[in-house]
Amino acid sequence: MGYPAEYRYTKDHEWIAVEGNRARIGITDHAQSELGDIVFVELPSVGSAVQAGGILATVESVKAVGDVLVPFDGTVLEVNDGLESAPETINQAPHDAGWIVVLEIADPAVVDGLLDAAGYESFLAEG
Amino acid sequence: MKTIFDHPQREGIGGLFPELDVPRIGAEGLIDRALLRSQEPRIPDLSEPTVVRHFTALSKLNYGVDDGFYPLGSCTMKHNPKVNETLARLPGLAGLHPLADPDLAQGTLAFLYELSDLLSRIAGMPGISLQPVAGAHGELTGLFLFRGYFEARGETERRRILLPDSAHGTNPASAAVAGFSVSEIQSNDAGMVDLDALDAELDETVAGIMLTVPNTLGIFEERIAEVTDRIHAAGGLCYFDGANLNAFIGRARPGDMGADVFHFNLHKTLSTPHGGGGPGAGPIAVSEPLVEFLPVPSIEQNGEAYALVWDRPNSIGSVHSFYGNVLVAVKAYAYLLQLGDEGLRAVSEDAVLNANYLQERLKKTYPLPYDRLCKHEFVLSGKGLAEGVCTLDIAKRLIDYGFHPPTVYFPLIVREALMIEPTETESRDGLDRFAEAMERIAAEAREAPELLLDAPHQAPVRRLDQTRAARDLVLTYPFDDREGGELA
Repeated sequence: MGYPAEYRYTKDHEWIAVEGNRARIGITDHAQSELGDIVFVELPSVGSAVQAGGILATVESVKAVGDVLVPFDGTVLEVNDGLESAPETINQAPHDAGWIVVLEIADPAVVDGLLDAAGYESFLAEG
Repeated sequence: MKTIFDHPQREGIGGLFPELDVPRIGAEGLIDRALLRSQEPRIPDLSEPTVVRHFTALSKLNYGVDDGFYPLGSCTMKHNPKVNETLARLPGLAGLHPLADPDLAQGTLAFLYELSDLLSRIAGMPGISLQPVAGAHGELTGLFLFRGYFEARGETERRRILLPDSAHGTNPASAAVAGFSVSEIQSNDAGMVDLDALDAELDETVAGIMLTVPNTLGIFEERIAEVTDRIHAAGGLCYFDGANLNAFIGRARPGDMGADVFHFNLHKTLSTPHGGGGPGAGPIAVSEPLVEFLPVPSIEQNGEAYALVWDRPNSIGSVHSFYGNVLVAVKAYAYLLQLGDEGLRAVSEDAVLNANYLQERLKKTYPLPYDRLCKHEFVLSGKGLAEGVCTLDIAKRLIDYGFHPPTVYFPLIVREALMIEPTETESRDGLDRFAEAMERIAAEAREAPELLLDAPHQAPVRRLDQTRAARDLVLTYPFDDREGGELA
């Protein structure tokens, strides 16, 4: 599966689709593949303020529990409620239907500091 | 596999009751109707032989340390000496009522007091509570002591626990349950706490650190005194997870390394049954500043007599009814008396020798990401063994060879982890047979991977659908004729 060129990425394996001051966030295909079958997703509440480096959501698979980290300060605008009954969506479509939250970005300039698709792929190749 | 409810027979009541010779009063006359059930309870109508055969058949499907090698990393599934069971069944111990007056329980209080003294000497720490009944319960109790300590000092802003990524998985859970937040500290390339990463986290919001010693990679923190010194200098406390004590018992003391709370797993290190054979016990040892906060009651000696002391105003309170799992403590006490100082040193020597023997042999076949002298366990990786084969397949194939699989996919810092703890009670012959099975499985992975992918072939059940089991939770027995039928 390719990594969409219009997305940004973190070294913690989150993808970020920026639309103005809105950032849609999910975990990458690499992350879902490492986790294996996902069985549970714990989502934040809409309206909550989150800080960079904190825990945005928790994804549990049959093998492990992984934290989705907050890439930059912001406020939770939307969560993907569908994941509660169908967590496997993250395995099936990690880069679109398996999105996890939409954040309002406090400072849009921070996005420039994130990896682009080529940067993320070379990060994976090193690891 | 049938459950007791699935037996087709209806054999009637399995026991005969004498004729009723008192007036019959229905439950309606005694209990509020709102509290009475409307349906008959679902008690299987089976005779005693059918019940005995059912559970005997189930017991034959079990696998435990009495069946064979059980290298479940971090769990110390070692032999449980049978003399301990005999001693725990002595009528004077097993028959003691938990509410008996302390005057009538002097023997039990005396041995609990002596066990506390032995644990205190092993830990090199002055205070002991035998109340916690599991390792994680010891962690929670220890963290309550942290809270008590900081509240007494008015340092209520200390709410953060630092946790190395090589710590036991229960540690962050215990910290969260005790009301702390968790900050993870990354390991360095040697699998030890990165001191720079530690320094970066230290401030006045830090309550302390939880260290697993040795850590889940089976590696001893070589700079442990520097870690605990830095925490203490920053005003924090140090929790040591003692689940891996068999790696150093009798040779080093957590108190000398700077521990403020240390838990023992009697059901690991001190040979009492673990898992389904439990229950467990997780006593804690504490440093001097925390003694006043220990749970009540404590056991104290006044001359020849022993007493349960409740009058300890700064105590966090009780963390378990009565005095924890007393009969588990009997077994641990018996074990300590049988082994003595010399025997305990042999425990840690053999635990470390067995683990290194197996590690040196298996690293020729499986990747060993942290390749150094280990303590009581080591972590291989199943990654890259053969195309399409993963650690889960290796683990399931081991069942066909008659072994319990090791811990898999933990610790998280090793990809496709296989965490192997042989324990000190395995013979060299037993270790060789396990190593041969692991080597044959590696060959099968390359030559006949379907043997792994479809494993287990020889177990009572084949590969279970663990994904579906986790996604579609069925937590109650689905009686098909239940009212409403929604659980059918």
